[in-house]
Amino acid sequence: MGEVVAKGFRAKVTRWVTTTNHKDIGTLYLVFALVMFFVAGLMALLIRAELFQPGTMFMHPNFYNQMVTLHGLVMIFGAVMPALAGFANWQIPLMIGAADMAFPRMNNWSFWILPFAFGLLLFSNFAEGGWPNFGWTFYAPLSSTYGPPSTDYMILSIHLMGISSIMASINIIATIMTMRAKWMEYMDMPIFVWSWFITAFLLIAIMPVLAVTVTMLLFDRHFGTSFFNAAGGGDPVLFQHLFWFFGHPEVYVLVMPAFGIISEVVPTFARKALYGAKFMIYAIACIAILSFIVWVHHMFTTGVMAWVKIFFMITTIVVAVPTGIKIFNWVGTLWKGAISFEPPMLFALSFIVLFTIGGFTGLMLGVVVADYQYQDTYFVVAHFHHTIVSGVYFAILTGVYYWLPKWSGRYYSFKLANWHFWLSTISVNLTFFPMYFLGLTGMPRRIPDYNIQFTDLNMLATVGAMIFGISQLIFLWIIIENVFLKRGKPATAAVWEATKGLEWTVPSPAPHHTFMTEPSPIKE
Amino acid sequence: MSKQAHITPPSYWPIIGSFGLFFLAFGIINVLHQSEWGSYSLALGLVILLLMLFGWFKEVIAENRAGLGKEPEVEGAFKWGMIWFIFSEVMFFATVFAALFYIRIFIIPWLSGAYAGQEITHYVLWPHFQMQWPLFNTPDPSIFLGPIKTIPTWEVPALNTLILLTSGLTITVAHWGIIRQDRKMALTGQGLTIMLGIIFLFLQAHEYIEAYHELDLKLNSGVYGNTFFMLTGLHGFHVALGTVMLICIWWRIYFNHFSAQYHFAFEAVAWYWHFVDVVWLILFVFVYWI
Repeated sequence: MGEVVAKGFRAKVTRWVTTTNHKDIGTLYLVFALVMFFVAGLMALLIRAELFQPGTMFMHPNFYNQMVTLHGLVMIFGAVMPALAGFANWQIPLMIGAADMAFPRMNNWSFWILPFAFGLLLFSNFAEGGWPNFGWTFYAPLSSTYGPPSTDYMILSIHLMGISSIMASINIIATIMTMRAKWMEYMDMPIFVWSWFITAFLLIAIMPVLAVTVTMLLFDRHFGTSFFNAAGGGDPVLFQHLFWFFGHPEVYVLVMPAFGIISEVVPTFARKALYGAKFMIYAIACIAILSFIVWVHHMFTTGVMAWVKIFFMITTIVVAVPTGIKIFNWVGTLWKGAISFEPPMLFALSFIVLFTIGGFTGLMLGVVVADYQYQDTYFVVAHFHHTIVSGVYFAILTGVYYWLPKWSGRYYSFKLANWHFWLSTISVNLTFFPMYFLGLTGMPRRIPDYNIQFTDLNMLATVGAMIFGISQLIFLWIIIENVFLKRGKPATAAVWEATKGLEWTVPSPAPHHTFMTEPSPIKE
Repeated sequence: MSKQAHITPPSYWPIIGSFGLFFLAFGIINVLHQSEWGSYSLALGLVILLLMLFGWFKEVIAENRAGLGKEPEVEGAFKWGMIWFIFSEVMFFATVFAALFYIRIFIIPWLSGAYAGQEITHYVLWPHFQMQWPLFNTPDPSIFLGPIKTIPTWEVPALNTLILLTSGLTITVAHWGIIRQDRKMALTGQGLTIMLGIIFLFLQAHEYIEAYHELDLKLNSGVYGNTFFMLTGLHGFHVALGTVMLICIWWRIYFNHFSAQYHFAFEAVAWYWHFVDVVWLILFVFVYWI
């Protein structure tokens, strides 16, 4: 990628470690995310293997709990967020006509903190008692009174991730606010840039909340405080309030850049302008604001007062309005479009359908009385995996298949990508649809064993998960072949037939330095 | 239009900083786990981090003095970067205050049976617990012993409020000095601000000693002690950081780094100082006063 020639191992290491180039750093983020995706994916497959049949099959229940915990933490903080940050790094400067990010050195630091943070988390197995084992939400008192020593590794690792995220977000905001081409007004910015702009504000607002929460946890564990202990006047539910005040905006942090990617890809392959583009921006802003006043819907059964529950039920259901606007506008973009089905479009279409299912089941969970039945069952697991796996992960794949030729300068094999798409789409539903029915019939989540009546659907889900896991190896091979083995047809500057935007005016692969002088506006 | 963009050369500072953070984090964990080499790792991490900060800032200052700081985009990026950094700090303190309010408004009444329909918690858990703030008697005094007395509002805390408010004035004097290019005025204003910051920290430290030795007000004496030390401690840490930044800026004024037009480094630190000041006012009202 680019014309930087680094000869020899040491020169190569130096180049990647000290780089201040937004494209290099974007690549680092994406590669790191891919590695973490397979690490956490393997944990998911171990979980599914254990659940293939009732009874203890392969692992000790404590190990199962550890896998559940790490799978969540590593997927969210190690795979999805860095992947989206990788997109931000590669695309935002290219899309706004900037030569680089506003703070290139800090950009490097934001990335290079992550390997150390995940080193702390993953190698905490060497502490007595092994990895953390209380779920990715690390509720007190499971993590305070009863947490193993490795909890402290997790806490400090989260501090490091927080520093990284805050710096990355400040960088993105400063870049967008000050580095745009002079003629580009805010409302002229591509929708992907808008989505990350709003996401970065969310991150700056919530990462400090998480930092304080884990600090209180650390103090409760070691300095005799009682923030989360009622015996000293604290409250374990306070932990949940703080955690979900971070946690709910956090899931929107994951999904909003995904919305941005889909909003770029659908118009290209429908060969139409994005329908209601302004409303798409307003809708993202609306979702961002609402995300701060819905957190108690994670806590309906914790004994909060009735009027509080009703308030949060209403705000939760209101989120469906801006989200619905987005879905309708994507469909409106497709309406009477000249649609073609290249791999990115396939994943984008799949995203629209499957994310809608994930969203609707979220509405079901948002209804207080219904939630009493669904809470802590596999219904919840199915809901958020439909939004995160067939939603956010599919959007990441959409983005990779869309921009990869621009990054590497080569097309990948469409045939393999189509295989990847069909296998993934079928198996993802095979994995998560049975879980809705398991949840509705009462199978609890986070338990390594289950009642015998749940066996058939669990077997189906496990088979689906294994197919899904294996089909991701196709993706891995596509990346290896395209990026590392440098095979594939050379890509044109426009890459796709109907692309619009500044990033398609530079050659493919994008040179190491782009827009060293300000680009002129694209003529319609 | 055809102005060539500035490209930042590759830098070792970030990776050095990452190693610093790693050793620091690893050190903290191992100090907490009572392993012998924890403190070595912690110290190593701190030293690396300090070296990194020194070297990195030196580079940035040199670049800005060479003219980069006069580019409107660069100055704009620094301004917005600082503003949103301070916003993240606002959220940081807001969270701790939120915890304090949640404890005072919901948890204490709830545990003492004051909420209609929720009295069962009170009767089942600690029927003797009575609603009060400051919390002298915790729900379970056998585990968490409450304080005997609390810090009197209108003595040292009020004095500290006065000190920080005055420091807000003196830093403005320093700003006038820079704008008027009156070096002596700038140095005096900045120097006074630093002095006031140090006096504040000294008084805080004195207050902590008094709290521990005479009032039995400790970090672990129930939620009153928890929130008191968490809030004042975090704030004190920020004042200490701010004071170090003020000292650096004093040196930069001394070496004539700032012109009447370009002195954003000073402004950034001044914004930070005012932010710390405002946090103290809220803290004074809700922690020491009511």
